[in-house]
This record gives sequence, C-alpha cells and structure tokens, in this order.
Amino acid sequence: MVSTMQSVCDVPAIHNAGPKAASFNPYADNGGSIVAIAGNDFAIIASDTRLSSGFSVYTREQSKLFKLSDTTVLGATGCWCDTLTLTRILEARMQMYLHEHQKCMSTAAVAQMLSTMMYYKRFFPYYISNILAGLDDEGKGCIYSYDVIGHCEKAKFRAGGSAGALLQPLLDNQIGLKNMENVDVQTINVEKALAVIKDVFISAAERDIYTGDSILIKVITKDGIRDENFPLRRD
Amino acid sequence: MPDSEMVNHKISSVTNKNCVRDICLASHDVITDAGPLLTISEKISILSYNGGAMVAMKGKECVAIAADKRFGIQAQTLSTNFEKMFQMGPRMYLGLPGLATDTQTCHSKLRFRLNLYELKENRHIHPKTFAAMVSNFLYERRFGPYFVEPVIAGLDPVNFTPYVCNMDLIGCINEPEDFVVGGTCSEQLYGMCEVLWEPDLSPDDLFEKISQALVNACDRDAISGWGAVVHIIERDKITTRHLKTRMD
Repeated sequence: MVSTMQSVCDVPAIHNAGPKAASFNPYADNGGSIVAIAGNDFAIIASDTRLSSGFSVYTREQSKLFKLSDTTVLGATGCWCDTLTLTRILEARMQMYLHEHQKCMSTAAVAQMLSTMMYYKRFFPYYISNILAGLDDEGKGCIYSYDVIGHCEKAKFRAGGSAGALLQPLLDNQIGLKNMENVDVQTINVEKALAVIKDVFISAAERDIYTGDSILIKVITKDGIRDENFPLRRD
Repeated sequence: MPDSEMVNHKISSVTNKNCVRDICLASHDVITDAGPLLTISEKISILSYNGGAMVAMKGKECVAIAADKRFGIQAQTLSTNFEKMFQMGPRMYLGLPGLATDTQTCHSKLRFRLNLYELKENRHIHPKTFAAMVSNFLYERRFGPYFVEPVIAGLDPVNFTPYVCNMDLIGCINEPEDFVVGGTCSEQLYGMCEVLWEPDLSPDDLFEKISQALVNACDRDAISGWGAVVHIIERDKITTRHLKTRMD
C-alpha cells in the first residue's frame, strides 16, 4: 500500500514512528462452558466451575450461573471481569424495572434487555458468551443465546463458551435428533436432559483445558430453582 | 469462536488507518506506522482454505476412516466429490485433509515412495512403518511445510491388529488407543467422538459411530460436509459406504 502511494505521489516515505503507547489488552479469556436445555415445563442450565487464565487455574469452584429471578438464570463465560460488570448492571436494571412496574421481569423481557445492553457496547464489547435459560409467561422452558455484540437467538438447546464447538454437535444429535432415522420424536424430560448434560461435560473436560473441575446445574421449574453438582476431572 | 472473530472484527476497523495513511502521504504529512494491527485481522490459516473433515476409529479387529466430500475455496463450494482418502495397501488408508493441492501432491509423492519400498522389500508395508515414512516425508519440509494433517488407518498385515494415527503438518505422530481426527471441524469431531466411541466396537457399530460423529460435526462447520465417505477395514474385506448428508 505504502509503496504504491509513493510512486503515485512521488513522496519519500517518512518512517518516524513517533511516540508509541505500550499496548494494553483490555480483555482476558477466563474460559468456561455452558450448556442449556429447555423442555416443555422446565429449563436446565449448567456450567463448569473452573475459572482460569492460560495455563493457570484461578479457582475450581466458581459458578458462572446467575439467578436473575425465580424463573430466569443467566450463564456467562468469557472475560470474567466483564461478566461481573454486566451482571451487576443487569441486576440493577431488573430492580429498577421491578420498582417502576411493580412486577418481576419476564424471561423474554430480560432476554431483550440483555441484547440491548450488549449492543450498547457495540464498539467496545463485553467479551462474554451469554446463554439465558428460563420459563416464559406460559411456563414453558426457553433458551436464548447471544454473541458478544448482542445478537439474540431463541433455541431449545444450546452450548456456549470455550467448549461450545465440542458440545453443540452432540446436542444437535442427542437432543435435536439430527441425522437420526426411525426415532420417535418425544418431548425431553428432566432426567434425560440431565444425563446428556453430564455426558457432554465429561467429554468436553477430556479435550478442553478450560473446562473441568465440576459442573453446577440449575433446574428451573414452576416450583423454583433446584441446584445440582457433579464432579469432573480436575487436571 | 464467534467471540474471537468479533474481536478481530473490532480490530479490523482500525485498518481504516490505511486510508488515513494514504491521505497523509498525499498531503506530505508525517506517518505513524499502523504495522502489526493490519495483520491480525487478515490472518487466516492456509490449512482451512479449502475445508474438509476427517476421522478414523479403532474397533474390534477392524478400523474405520471417514471424510467429507467437499472441495471449496473458502466459503465457495466448487465440487462435492473431492477425494482425500487413498488406499495405500490392501488394508490401509491414508487421509490427507488440509490444503487440497497439497493433498494431491502428498498423495502422489507418498505413492512413489511406497512403490519404491514395495519393490525393494517385496512385501506390503506395516501401517506403523508407513506412518514413519509419512512423518519423515513431511519433516523434510520442516520450514516450508505441506499444509496437510495426515490420518492413517489400517490393520497390521501380519497379526491384523487395528492401527490409527494422525500427525501435524510437519510430521509429529500421535498414536492413540481410540480415534484420531483432522481437518477444519476437529473440535466438533473431538466432542462427538469422545462421547460416542467405546472399546471393541463391531464393524457395524463402528460404521454407525463414525458416521454419526462425522456428519453431526460437519453440520456445525460451514466448510465441511456436502456428502461423506466411510471405509470400514476388516481382515477379509473393505466396505466403502457413501453417506447422504444435508447439502448446505
């Protein structure tokens, strides 16, 4: 580019680098994976509990799931400091909504607000892979997944985070029944969903160094949110 | 993945400095060098220029190797019957996912070396020996490599024990107990294989597992798929099946 312009303008290139700022990378990748599956009357969201940076583990027991209301849970992985900031603001705005409208935000409303909040930082994004799980107004399970600048997609099952690529095709196959012949399409129940989640996390922990230690599962039903733990390999 | 791409996208907006620089040149201004910022967004591995996926698995007295059929240039598909697995012995296949031109070059060069070996030794090569041959061939180009990640699957010609291995583009061999993967959707393949594979699979079960692993992995990769081939290698026969997949 420079050389072409030189010949056109006939101006010698001036290589004066001038003062240079030391480069600063505002992002960190703290790893972690999330899987969420929605059923007819429930939603399950699970995350691993390893918080790491490069080859070092910060902690083996960091939940990446955030209970936002009695029917909504957010799973967030990526840059942990961005996660903390986003969830703090998110909770504040949900509180403001509560005071203004005298009711708790629905899952769909949180989903839309999350998209807006992510896009608000379009040119300096929160480096987070978000998956929102919850029950909608009719009590049905629903999952919303996001990219870093707030594109939102509603789904029945979704994997995200550092092992997202390892987990998603298996969910397509086992939950979405893709590429299967002669299978009866029946609605998924909690037991089956939990079994698949544990299976896929075990496999992801084999190959992804940023996923491991244990998984924390939140089962969201109309009766409330139930927690479950499951150990993974810790190396 | 999309996350990191987005960050790159963010950085690529900095490439506008390029235009600024041109204007500066025209108006005889002092220029600061935008330098390395430009390269980050434009970096793309030549290994993923054509796309493609490959997987090989061990079973009980059998091995399987499978690959997709796509050939394309980045996102544009050019053909859907590209061959990247080659029979290199009565019970051995070599797969060469990566840059398509190197797939073909490496195949013919390795065929040549293998012919010399067979003429000299007057016998078929062991898969393990062939892996050493491929590794040696690739390491000769250590500082200007062929952009292929070979996968070898076969049965030992003497005792018929299953053998699979893969290597990186400069010939570092990996010989695991279970399965190997290669190509642009290796992450997806690892996820699938890690769940599906179990020891001592029969040839029929092995076919089902390797097919499901490959097809579901390819469906999550934009530059792999468009049909697939599976070879099941047994002591007395090789079964080749062509899979129908979604074509998008």
